[in-house]
Amino acid sequence: MSPLAKLLEAALFAASRPLTVEELASLDSSAGEAAVIAALEELRAAYGGDGHGVELVEIAQGWQFLTRREYAEAIERAEFALRTRRLSPAALETVAIVAYRQPVGRLEIDEIRGVDSGAVLDKLVERGLVEVVTRGEGLGRPLLYGTTPQFLEILGLRDLDELPRLEELSVALRPPAPAEPE
Amino acid sequence: MTLPPPVALDQAGFVVELEQFSGPLDLLLSLIREDELDITDLPIAKIADQFLAAINELGLNQAADYLEMAARLLRIKAQMLLPRRLDDDEWEDPRSELVRHLLEYQQIREVVDWLGAAAARRAEQFGRGFAPEPRTLPPGPLVIELNELLAAAERVIALIPEPALHRVVPRPLDVESATARIQAMLAEREEIAWRDIVDERAGVVDVLSAFIAVLELAKRGTLRVEQALPFAPIVIRREPPREAA
Repeated sequence: MSPLAKLLEAALFAASRPLTVEELASLDSSAGEAAVIAALEELRAAYGGDGHGVELVEIAQGWQFLTRREYAEAIERAEFALRTRRLSPAALETVAIVAYRQPVGRLEIDEIRGVDSGAVLDKLVERGLVEVVTRGEGLGRPLLYGTTPQFLEILGLRDLDELPRLEELSVALRPPAPAEPE
Repeated sequence: MTLPPPVALDQAGFVVELEQFSGPLDLLLSLIREDELDITDLPIAKIADQFLAAINELGLNQAADYLEMAARLLRIKAQMLLPRRLDDDEWEDPRSELVRHLLEYQQIREVVDWLGAAAARRAEQFGRGFAPEPRTLPPGPLVIELNELLAAAERVIALIPEPALHRVVPRPLDVESATARIQAMLAEREEIAWRDIVDERAGVVDVLSAFIAVLELAKRGTLRVEQALPFAPIVIRREPPREAA
């Protein structure tokens, strides 16, 4: 492995969160971001295949070593680590709306879900999955919410572009068919 | 290790559990799916009736959001019944708003399934120094100025009510009403038990009042008190009024 790849390996091993390319580039002032990306690919290849119990994963706009899936149960049984708590359907609905509509206010979320989402939204903010990003223009300058890097992390996404595109979902937002007079 | 069942809750039939539906739209969608109805040409009368039946069955008819949806469905149903001219270009399908809403919501549900699956997949991998997220975040460091602190203290002090002195109110024995009660009971029945006058809930004052009333009435000769044995139930008998005089 190249010296840069080994440096990145050490840094990624030491960190307990995903590190961005920008952060990794700060390790070595002589290395540009392009070199870091190349070294990351080298490192990913080195950890790919069957040789290791961990793999280098691109996640939440950064890079992180994660244990391989096949060891999840053994690790959890031994209580060395626990799976993160599942999000409730209400929380997933709310975070989904925030992800697609951000920045979005509470009223719009309530409207789409058909129920009051205040408490759920507060919980999501508390868990760090959603945050206030700005204030709206309308009456009372409502708080507008957006998703956080933590949201990408718990879903294992690189960025928001990895979310399914609305047109790929089975339901298109088409207008209702003209009704026949009954 | 068994995991809780996945997010999808359809085909589960009706269980009386609020958690089963994340809102009225969810319930509505599941009814539509169950009957394989066409969302874009919703048989509104049918679905309105089913919705009402469902919230009744689920005990959701107290929940405002569900009631609001029920009202909305009934309004649309009424609007559909209004007569209209066949060549009316202005006519707008009263269902269109609801249908748009439902389609939008259904799309969100699909995203939810996707997100749930992604989260479950991600949860199978652990990072370094994994720590389960805290149940509640610790409060941030307190940054406060002396003046703010003093103002806050003043507000709290202002909330403290004047020290209220507890006034001891003498609770006089209410012999009069006890007497009246006993006389009323004896007017109906010839014989009553002590327990009829004083039940388990009676306080000390009530017991004393009743006891004094019984003694007083016995003295006046309107009743006779009998007790077969020490500590046996006390029987109170009406005395013929003439003899009493």
